[in-house]
Order: sequence, then structure tokens, then C-alpha cells
Amino acid sequence: MAGADITAGVKGQGSADRRLRPYLGFIWPALVVCSAVIIFPWLFTVWMSFNDWHIGSARAWVGIENYSKLATDRRFLESIGHTIYFTVLAVFLPLVLGTFAATVFHKKFRGRGFFRTLFIMPMMATPVAVSLVWTMMFHPQLGVLNYLLSLVGLPPSLWVFAPATVIPSLALVEVWLWTPFVMIIVLGGLASLPTEPYEAALIDGASQWQMFWKITYPLVLPFIVVAAIIRTIDALKAFETIWVISNGGPGTASETLNVYLYAQAFAYNQVGTASAVVVVFFAIIVVLSLVLLWARQKAQWS
Amino acid sequence: MTPTPATRRRIRRGIDNAALYFAVAVLLAPCLFVFFWMISLSLKYDIDNTAWPPVFIPTEPTFDNFVHVFQESPMFLYFWNSVQVTGSATLVAMLLGVPAGYGIAKARAHGLAAVLLLSRMTPGLSYLIPLFALFQMMGMIGTVWPIALTHMVITLPIVTWIMIGFFETLPQELEEAARIDGATIWQAFYYVALPLARPGIVVGAILSFIYSWNNFIFGAVFAGRTTRTMPVAVYNMLTFESFAWGPLAAAAIVVMLPVMALTIVIQREIVQGLAAGGVK
Repeated sequence: MAGADITAGVKGQGSADRRLRPYLGFIWPALVVCSAVIIFPWLFTVWMSFNDWHIGSARAWVGIENYSKLATDRRFLESIGHTIYFTVLAVFLPLVLGTFAATVFHKKFRGRGFFRTLFIMPMMATPVAVSLVWTMMFHPQLGVLNYLLSLVGLPPSLWVFAPATVIPSLALVEVWLWTPFVMIIVLGGLASLPTEPYEAALIDGASQWQMFWKITYPLVLPFIVVAAIIRTIDALKAFETIWVISNGGPGTASETLNVYLYAQAFAYNQVGTASAVVVVFFAIIVVLSLVLLWARQKAQWS
Repeated sequence: MTPTPATRRRIRRGIDNAALYFAVAVLLAPCLFVFFWMISLSLKYDIDNTAWPPVFIPTEPTFDNFVHVFQESPMFLYFWNSVQVTGSATLVAMLLGVPAGYGIAKARAHGLAAVLLLSRMTPGLSYLIPLFALFQMMGMIGTVWPIALTHMVITLPIVTWIMIGFFETLPQELEEAARIDGATIWQAFYYVALPLARPGIVVGAILSFIYSWNNFIFGAVFAGRTTRTMPVAVYNMLTFESFAWGPLAAAAIVVMLPVMALTIVIQREIVQGLAAGGVK
């Protein structure tokens, strides 16, 4: 992504300006709209986070009070824990499954295009509609998932209706939705690999397993890291699945930062507090993305 | 009699093939089961939908659930709202994003590309608070236009990002030749680069259409009774009819039908476009 390119862009500032000038006419209309719908909200949010504003009453400047309150707000701190737990599951599992799927769909076999189309359907499906279907499947008495568990001799689960299982269950939906995305990115990486190392390894009598770990894995690692970055950003931001299926419940057991934010902003109308949550949330996303970008640089150098 | 090397190779290939198809089946089973179950629920009466053990194949398929969805709620209005919101957000994003992608790619303005990446990192909800306040001040709540405008947050970065990737792969020489022949920078863009970038434009338009169509949160906050988009309408059905599984499944199908159809039609381009857009 742009990580490596940003540093390259900073170096030749003067020549970059000269290069940019004739093309400004192409860019400024998009830039104006971008500022209106993206940059204006950023600035507004930062400013609002230093104010106490309950929609319908007067606004007052309170400095960092919103932040200091958050630092001791148990519900907020717990929501950070829920977000991290959910994100770890919703990033790691799609990466493993998606990479495996990519190695399978990279092989040539009859019907590959057709099966691949079927496989990418989940990531194109409307998440709200998908969540609706999963809500019905999770039903503890009549849901089809508990029936499937009983077929293989496992005891029924309470799925999203118990605090202990709700986050893994929600992550399962996320895995279902976004494994195809990881598959596509890694598939793009596999397509760009050279064939010579494999031919050499075949002659040396290497097994499939050895070839994957010794050749494929190191070569596609940069692509896996890209998928990991995008997946981490999206998993941190996940909202619709959680909101529709568990609504942050039972109690606040699956309340992630995003759900907490929604409640503050649109249920309690605490715009000041919500804005402070946004700033903290955004900081977490940026820091994690930078860490992963740094990991990508390392993956490319080694 | 020991098998010849040739037969041994054939057996080996047979086992490899069987393992491959087994892996494909294992990967596809959960993916397809959810869709199968959705279709199954939508075609059965509620007595079958709440039966134990579950009825998998409908014994007497019925379209009553679909009829119910269209009778109980103004689905055509919601469909039209979604078309207006997604259509205008995609169209404007194309008009602004394609030239912007060209400019950024040609000028190698990576700082601007980084702004796009940051906008992708920002949680959608965080745009909503300030924009909600703004639209309320401007008295725009209650029409579809605030929703369409906020959908630009999704569509503009997607289109621009994909177009940057596309224009960067186009050879410079053709435009340079056009410039030497006296074409302006805009003519070179319009007559040379644009026709070559048609595949990228198609992918950008369709992906931004799909992600805008699927978006729930902006509509959920800004929509009133008559301005709901399809995903919001379906979510509302869940809160009012949480035990009418047949109609809920039918509604889920109605919402995702347009995007599923688009996915099937251009699946190859989607795979290429996403791989290029994500990896670059």
C-alpha cells in the first residue's frame, strides 16, 4: 500500500510540486468533496471531544474532562477488551483459512472459476441480511446450528445468548463474511510467484507441505500482511454484524468500541463523550495499522 | 506383480485430485450452507421453519413469504430509495474519482493517496455525529440526499483507489505521443487514457455500487420512515417480526439479490480488481 510510497514522496518535494501542478485540475473536485464529507467531520469531532454537548441542551467547553472520564469508565475499558478479543479472532482465522483457500484455488482443476465465484459470494452479500440469517441459525432451541452440533454428537451451545460464547460466535460470522477477501488478496500474490523454485524443489523430491512452508509462505508473506492490515482495520470497525445479531448483549458482553460509541451518540445523545471515544478509537486503529505496516516492511526486507 | 512407474504416477495423481476436490468441498460447504438455509427458510411455512428436527428441503415450497414481504412493507419504495442513494453516490464518485485517480497516478501524489487510506481507517460512525449535526442545521433530514451524500464516504475512496492502481499500470507513451501532437492534458486524458481504462472503470463502479448498496449504518441514522434504504428496511423487519422466520429470510434474499446478480456477472473482474486494489 501507500506506506513505502509516502516516504519516497517526501524526498523530492520540489520536483513533486512541479509534477503535481498540471494535474491539480483533475484532483481538486474530488478533494473538495473529500474535505466536506471526510476532513470536516474529523476536525469537528476533535473539537467536539473537548466539549460537553448533550443534543438539545447548551454546549460547554470542558477541556480534557471527556477523556479523563473515559479513562475511569469501566464500560468503555471493557469495550476495548471486547474489541481486541473480537479482532484477534476475526483477523487470525480468516488469514489462516483464506491462505489455505488461496492455495487450493491457485491449483488448476475443472470448474475452478465456478467454485471460486461461489466462494467469494459471502463477501459480496449484504452484511445486515447475512446477520439476519445467522441470528436465526444461532437460535438456542430451534436454530439449525445446534441441530448440526447434535448430528456430530456435540452438546447444544447458547451461541450469542451467553456472555462466554457471544464474541466467538460473532467472530464466526465475520470469518464467514471475510475469508474470501483474504483469499483474493493472497491469490493475487500467488499469481505473481515465479515457477522455477517449485520445479527445482520437485526435482529434489520435496513434499507439498515442505514446498508450502519453504517457498510459498515466505514469498506470499507480504500479501498476507496486506490482508492482515486491511482485515484488522475492518474487524476493529465491525459494527453491523454485532449490532444486528447481539446488539452488544447479553448485558454488555459483546459491546465493542463501535457499539459503545453508537450508544453514546445516538441512544444517550452524549456528543462530547462520543467524540472523545472516536478520537481514542481512531488513535488505536492508526497505531495498529502503523505496527502492521512496519511488520510489512520487515517481511519485505528479510 | 508390482505396478509400473506409470500406473503409480496415475494413482498418485488420482489421490492428489481427490484431496483437492475434498478441500474445495470443505471450503465451500459452510459458505453455501448459509445461503441454502436462507433460501430454504424463505420457501417454507412457519410451521416447518420452527420444526425440530429442522426441515431442510421444503416439502411444499411456497412463495407466500415473498408476497408477505411486499404486502406488509413498501418494498418498492425502499428499493427505489436504495437505487437513488447508491446510484447517485456511485455516479458522482465516478465523475470525481476517475479524474482524481488519473491525476494522483500521473503526478505520483502519494500524500493524497494516504489521505484516502486514512479515510478507510476511520470508523463510519465517526462521520455520522458531525454530519448529523450539520444536516439537522440545514434541514436536510427526511430526504434521501443526506444518505446519498454520506455514501460518498464509501464510494469516492473505493473508486479513486482502484483508478490510481489502474492508471499507474497504463503505459505513458500513448499520452505522451498525443501531447506531442498538440493535445491538451484534458484531451490526452479523455481520448487516450479513459478508453484504455474502461475495465478499471467498470470494476470501480460495480464495487462501489455493491459496497454502497450493502451499507447499513448511514441509512440507519439518517433515514426516516419513507427514506429507508433496503438494508435498513430489513433490519426494521427484524425488530418487529423477530419470529416470522420465513418473511425475514425472504426479505434478506430480496435485499441481496441485486448485488449477488452483479457479483456473478462480473466475478472475474471483481477478483482482479480487488487483488490489484488491495495489494498495490
